Amino acid sequence: MIDEEPLVTIRNLRFSRGERAIFDGIDLDIPRGKVTAIMGPSGTGKTTLLKLIGGQLRPASGTIHVDGERVDRLGTRDLYRLRMRMGMLFQSGALLTDIPVFENVAYPIREHTGLPESLIRKLVLLKLEAVGLRGARDLMPHELSGGMARRVALARAMALDPMMIMYDEPFTGQDPISMGVLVKLIRALNDASRLTSIVVSHDVREAAQIADYIYIISNGKVIEHGAPDAMLNSASEWTVQFMHGLADGPVPFHYPAPGLAQDLMGGI
Amino acid sequence: MTQNRTMEILVGAFMAAGFLALFFLSMQVSNLSASSGGDGYQIQARFDNIGSLKVRSPVTMAGVRIGRVSAIDFDRKTFEAVVALRIDSEYAQAIPEDTFAKIFTAGLLGEQYIGLDAGGSATFLSEGDQITHTQSALVLEEIIGQFLFSKAEEGAKN
Amino acid sequence: MEYEANAVREFAVLEQLARLGRIGIGSLEQLGRGHLLLLQVLAGVSELLTRPRLLLNQLFSVGVLSVLIVAISGTFVGMVLGLQGYYILSQFGAEQTLGVMVAASLVRELGPVVTALLFAGRAGSALTAEIGLMKATEQLSGLEMMAVNPVKRILTPRFFAGFIAMPLLAAMFSALGVIGGYFVGVGLLGVDDGAFWSQMQSKIDLYDDVLNGVIKSLVFGFVCSWIALFQGYGAVPTSEGVSRATTRTVVHSSFAVLGLDFILTALMFGE
Repeated sequence: MIDEEPLVTIRNLRFSRGERAIFDGIDLDIPRGKVTAIMGPSGTGKTTLLKLIGGQLRPASGTIHVDGERVDRLGTRDLYRLRMRMGMLFQSGALLTDIPVFENVAYPIREHTGLPESLIRKLVLLKLEAVGLRGARDLMPHELSGGMARRVALARAMALDPMMIMYDEPFTGQDPISMGVLVKLIRALNDASRLTSIVVSHDVREAAQIADYIYIISNGKVIEHGAPDAMLNSASEWTVQFMHGLADGPVPFHYPAPGLAQDLMGGI
Repeated sequence: MTQNRTMEILVGAFMAAGFLALFFLSMQVSNLSASSGGDGYQIQARFDNIGSLKVRSPVTMAGVRIGRVSAIDFDRKTFEAVVALRIDSEYAQAIPEDTFAKIFTAGLLGEQYIGLDAGGSATFLSEGDQITHTQSALVLEEIIGQFLFSKAEEGAKN
Repeated sequence: MEYEANAVREFAVLEQLARLGRIGIGSLEQLGRGHLLLLQVLAGVSELLTRPRLLLNQLFSVGVLSVLIVAISGTFVGMVLGLQGYYILSQFGAEQTLGVMVAASLVRELGPVVTALLFAGRAGSALTAEIGLMKATEQLSGLEMMAVNPVKRILTPRFFAGFIAMPLLAAMFSALGVIGGYFVGVGLLGVDDGAFWSQMQSKIDLYDDVLNGVIKSLVFGFVCSWIALFQGYGAVPTSEGVSRATTRTVVHSSFAVLGLDFILTALMFGE
């Protein structure tokens, strides 16, 4: 692990949206062949980070290297070529709603390869089999449950056998069963096809369960990073609060306000 | 697959209907055959005054439209208007050389057109020939002017 | 006290000025974005030629699905023109020219303009909503991450479908309108059949009237599709944002069509 160069290297990344700085000098390494979880409270720009890695957004400053290529400087053509080796699983699945499951998975293959129809069919069925939805190939996206839609999207993200898959909040809004299925799938796919996985999530338990390495981001900075066990037993109060989901701690329960007694009296 | 096929057929029908409508507008509503300026032959006529005759005004013979005005020029030597008439090819060998060309007005306020009165000659006009007998447009102001003038003269006599 | 009131008033005036400035800058920015998007859309034409299927699908949803409303409106507008025209023209004993009146108003003005307005309401709003929703559900981002350019793949076919469909729809509108006018004028009110057509044919010119009408509807098709796509692509990706964008599409398209119609008419029919 140490001798291998990380797949994604981010150095001193700054990005802001309007006046608000989303990232304020972030350094991050995503090791090859591992599952890396990026965690943090809602609204810390975890999805933005994935878009930066995918080249959909450009940073204000700093560098992002993916597999040796500098994403933030790539031209459109090179960027598209690089993206063919990346998969991304969006929170909503982002399936094309006007074509059935089979065509959705076949889409990137048809787009980027000139493979014959018979071969495309085999490939798609294999990908669907891997996520357990071979039987659902003729359904339309609106007929799928949220968990199934994500699994189809996962099959689509893997269609071109990418080197890396980015998961954007894969566990949000899932019932325990489909959550379990997704956890198992992400881990299994990663190990079976030597993928690199980046999971953005704030579901601590699931993320800690599958991740090999965890980054915690808050307020535009990396707060802490390390193996899951180390994080759960971290010395930092903040990390402990986040990892164990405590209501009060360094992140206060109360929004800053004058004292309650004073406030109540002042109203009279 | 059948869904694709239905869509193809419907789009095809849509395109066909659209072009059919365009065809209808060109052939039935406007008159495509009449405005094809290429064929036919051209003759000339000189008028002292063409009134408000315009390029593309109709040329008729016995009330049948046989061509259109294709150009209007001014001869600076004779101070006449030179009007080029393009006659449809189906009316070749139909205009005797002593034909009379007059400028008429369709209705009291309508547009002006050229009416040809056939002569009796056995030789016919062809490309580049000129109609020698012409009568200018009636200009309403002149007619009224003449009318008033003659009334005034009558009044002076009495 | 008075000084303070003055200061407040002055501040309010400045604030209004600043607001005006912001609106101006904002509209210029929108205009710039619109043109950039248009360039990207047009740049996708080569890809469209290699995948005509995309265009076919869009011609279906933009063209075929608009036929019914355009056909019905065209017929009824023509019938009303026949009726109204007859009442006015018969006062001058000129009901023979009913055909001219019906055809000229349809081919020159009502066909292109009303079709464009209907198009904006029927197809334009649907385009905006569709693209806005694709954006809201991350489908456009998803395409991007699949290394597929969403502008070329999604917007370009829709743009050209609108551009092609509009003149065809307008021609259907005018043709059915003329037939509707014929039905009322000749069928119900007893205008002479021959005079109706012959007067029309002698007065309506293929180039001056029919072709100019087609040019108008091409321009309208261009503008309406452009506005619909721009609003959809720039929509705030929430349900409220999409609904606002849809409304804007209809309003902006209608204004653009009416304003452009005036300019085009002045250019085409003014001597």
